[in-house]
Amino acid sequence: MFFYLIRRILYAIPIALAVGFVCFMLVQIAPGDPINAIVPPDAPADVVESVRRDYGLDKPLAIQFGIWLMKVVQGDLGRSLATGRPVWSDLSSAISNTLTLAAFASLIGFIFGAILGGLAGTFRGSIIDRLAVSTAVAGVSIPHYWLGMVLVVIFSVQYNMLPAMGAGPGGSADWVWDWEHFQHLILPAVTLSVIPMGIVTRTVRGIVAEIMNQEFVTALKGKGLTGWGVFGHVVKNAAPNVLAVMGLQLGYLMGGSILVETVFSWPGTGLLLNSAIFQRDLPVLQGTILVLAMFFVALNLCVDLVQTALDPRIKRS
Amino acid sequence: MNTSAAAAELAVQARQAAQASDGYWKGVFKRLSRDKLTMFCAFVLLCMALAILFAPWISPHDPYQGSMIRRLRPIGTEGYILGTDELGRDILTRLLHGGRLSWFMGILPVAMAFVIGTTLGVIAGFLGGKINMLIMRMTDVFYAFPSVLLAIAISGALGAGILNAIIALTMVFIPPIIRVAESVTTGVRNLDFVDAARASGASAFTIVRVHVLGNVLGPIFIYATSLISVCMILASGLSFLGLGTRPPEPEWGLMLNTLRTAIYVQPWVAVLPGVCIFMTSICFNLVSDGLRTAMDVKG
Repeated sequence: MFFYLIRRILYAIPIALAVGFVCFMLVQIAPGDPINAIVPPDAPADVVESVRRDYGLDKPLAIQFGIWLMKVVQGDLGRSLATGRPVWSDLSSAISNTLTLAAFASLIGFIFGAILGGLAGTFRGSIIDRLAVSTAVAGVSIPHYWLGMVLVVIFSVQYNMLPAMGAGPGGSADWVWDWEHFQHLILPAVTLSVIPMGIVTRTVRGIVAEIMNQEFVTALKGKGLTGWGVFGHVVKNAAPNVLAVMGLQLGYLMGGSILVETVFSWPGTGLLLNSAIFQRDLPVLQGTILVLAMFFVALNLCVDLVQTALDPRIKRS
Repeated sequence: MNTSAAAAELAVQARQAAQASDGYWKGVFKRLSRDKLTMFCAFVLLCMALAILFAPWISPHDPYQGSMIRRLRPIGTEGYILGTDELGRDILTRLLHGGRLSWFMGILPVAMAFVIGTTLGVIAGFLGGKINMLIMRMTDVFYAFPSVLLAIAISGALGAGILNAIIALTMVFIPPIIRVAESVTTGVRNLDFVDAARASGASAFTIVRVHVLGNVLGPIFIYATSLISVCMILASGLSFLGLGTRPPEPEWGLMLNTLRTAIYVQPWVAVLPGVCIFMTSICFNLVSDGLRTAMDVKG
């Protein structure tokens, strides 16, 4: 068990390095000279040359990657072309906003998904089961950026109940825990929650149905255990796999919120990426993608470790 | 007496076996035709495919011709059944034309990823060893990115454009197809009939072509069809972000983006392109599910 943990953590290091390399290559595959990602296009030629030497862009690719990696490890993601500020300063507040949105959306998705999936798995073939199956299919098929627009049309345009834009009153970008800000969170969070809701519903339904068919459940019932008693045992058996799926979904939401954030002008990483794409601000693009991908790698690792800790059946050397 | 009864029984069994073996596809179609939901979705998809195929002939207006005096008309306007957009162009016409690019960008990346991913996955699964390690570790790296993020990262770095979006989406769908292809091929490789073919002197290429591909293409294909719906949503999403198609080209995701400013004026016209994306995506999903059910059950 201990060795498994060590090995799993060690295995994450080459993956993290490779992810870093892919992010490094993003600037390389971009059309034009990578130097354009560092200096503005109207810089004089001698400045361009000196920057090229300072950044080591005249050296082979492998050495460039090494130099870049050393800077990233020290927290230096470069400077934004558009604003001139360090990438990290814009990124840190954006990430906390995206995390707030993703966490709230997954909370909604997980709770409804688990309840709906659990009921559907217990009562196969019932109306609830059909409802769960439809939710699952609709949840993965719906273009969520469009759902966001529909919700805005209904709740902001037609009934004027909830704000359609931003993270707080007056376009404030900082998140505070009060009712005014919370109103701004509702629509984007509900929009974003449909994907995990669909996937969690489907997963929980499958797992619960499989467990309910096992003999130990029949034995528990035969022993005279009531519904709630059996329920406890089912939860215990379903938890490791369900938690793993939920953990991964939280990670997907961190990346998937880009489109929803654009619809609602939510000041998170998605909006940052969107403006970076429009201004061709490659350092911001690269830094944001790198941080989000690293978060996903770390989350994957945590999910594996938690799953192993919860489920003693997973005995991997 | 006894022997003849036994012979008759054998004959019946043989006939049943023959029916079962040549009737696999027949069985699949039979099961499919009984599956009303799948048939309905397939019918909807067929209608949409025909409509967008014949778009230039059946559209009432020109998709690029706008008019400043009839901008943002509501649904049900005479001559413009589904209203007009922010430049006064007929929505129905643009939806019909837009479907062409949306379908193209939903299907082509998956088709290319299917070819590349199956090739790499079958090679990895069939050869095993170091080559398997190499290919599978490379797919692990791409699995470390959420798919939406990877698509936006690649096409964001390459810049806007249809071709770049298609490259990015293909890159996104290759790793999952490799994984499926590798696991199916590994399962088939160790079966007896592959050993028998090898013992009778067939080359590796022949074994793969005759014995392996025939058994792995079905499951991989089914998996690939389930990706079309995801791909369509992602492709429209890229256009929505301004990364895929560029104006004035009609495409559902881009139309959603440009109509977004009109949601306070004509909210129900503005959400129409999304209805098309949603309908296509849910139908592809359900048809893929139906195919899976129909083909997995082996009679």
